[in-house]
Amino acid sequence: MAIRLIDVDFTYRGDGGEREILRRFSLTLPERGIVCLSGPSGCGKTTLLRLLAGLEEPEGGRIEGLAGLRPAMVFQEDRLLPWCSALENVALAAGGDSPKETVARWLRMVELEGAEALPPAQLSGGMKRRVAIARALASPAELLLLDEPFTGLDRPLWSRIARRLAPQGSDRHKEQGGDRLVVAVTHLADEAEALSARRIVLDGPPLAVAEIV
Amino acid sequence: MPRNREAVFRTGPLSRGPVRGLLAALFWLAVWQLAAVAVGEELLVPPPLTVARTLGGLMGSLPFWQAAGASLLRIGAGFAAAVAAGGLLAALTVRFRAADLLISPLLRTIRAIPVASFIILLLVWVRTDILPAAAAFLMVMPVVWGNVEKGFRSVDGSLLEMARVFRFGTARTLTRVRIPSVMPYFLSACTTGLGLAWKSGIAAEVIARPLLSIGKELQDAKVYLETAEMFAWTLVVAVLSLLLEKLLVSAARRFGRRWGAAGDTTA
Repeated sequence: MAIRLIDVDFTYRGDGGEREILRRFSLTLPERGIVCLSGPSGCGKTTLLRLLAGLEEPEGGRIEGLAGLRPAMVFQEDRLLPWCSALENVALAAGGDSPKETVARWLRMVELEGAEALPPAQLSGGMKRRVAIARALASPAELLLLDEPFTGLDRPLWSRIARRLAPQGSDRHKEQGGDRLVVAVTHLADEAEALSARRIVLDGPPLAVAEIV
Repeated sequence: MPRNREAVFRTGPLSRGPVRGLLAALFWLAVWQLAAVAVGEELLVPPPLTVARTLGGLMGSLPFWQAAGASLLRIGAGFAAAVAAGGLLAALTVRFRAADLLISPLLRTIRAIPVASFIILLLVWVRTDILPAAAAFLMVMPVVWGNVEKGFRSVDGSLLEMARVFRFGTARTLTRVRIPSVMPYFLSACTTGLGLAWKSGIAAEVIARPLLSIGKELQDAKVYLETAEMFAWTLVVAVLSLLLEKLLVSAARRFGRRWGAAGDTTA
């Protein structure tokens, strides 16, 4: 079932006052494949991902198609557990019974072979980012939310990872019959191109669809 | 020249911990000896050699080991109970608002009361052999509670969000996110608490004088003007305190590594 946001309202409230991010926002996402969201900084892309992840609740309107859907997310920050090794961080998301070799495969996919036993404190910024990507990929999620996943990675590296992420290149997608929906926030058109993705250009706040490419 | 002198301390034999420690100890022993000679009265300041001889004599007797062992057990029991209760109360006050409203002011009040007041009050309520454990418990429990509570409240919200998205569930969020986050605060409380337990426990023993206790031996030595014995027992208290602290710090390091606790242990 496709995910549909229907007339969704959302406002951040804090000590600094209120900030309306979504006002009667509607969007339909496909059932599977990769969708890239782009738009100016602060327009509400991350809020949209947080709503899809279930971390925020719409104040008005509704989101259909999320019930029973397991999400995984690459956050803007890496959010790795500092007391766990790279492998443990990925294994925790993969589920307790995942064989070590299966988990290590995700780390190899992001070109982190040899770094399995290292804690985040001993990884560079780019390596941490790749562990965060591997963690999301290893999760048995049907909805993959990537918030600027390639930040801090050099172009050749993220191009290779993006190619592996794209449905036609992903083993996982083949195994699962491509039943995963990937929603990625990217700033660059060529990132979206590398992901072979449909691109939705957003504007705001309040968030609005400016263009679907 | 000053550079050479500095080099001796930084890279020479003086740079090694044990050598430096031994030199410092020798220096203070010399100061003690000089003070004893200056005073010239063993009843006021016994020289180090007399104290060493007295200590040797004490260590050769069974009651010495019985007193030291009983004190360790008594105060250790109070400390262990305080750690368990403090941790449990912290979990309760963080989880339940009502518990926070009821328990937090009480524990803050207990933390503000001096140990002597507790000991005098406890003398009325509890048996003298239990009093040192009770005093140690009351001194340590609020410290553990305060630190652990602070640890629970400082758990990184972004990691909890991550655990929620990845469906860690309650048990895995507790064992893989919350407990490792709290562990540095808990270990810090244990290290601080052990010193507190030992000092308050010995003070309680001095006042309550339970049979087989270091405190009773100290008090008896004072009553009979056995100054060398007082010095010897005080040395025993200091050495045991240092040994316990070293043991706990090393156990805490191992425990912290096992739980994957990161960062320093300063709460």
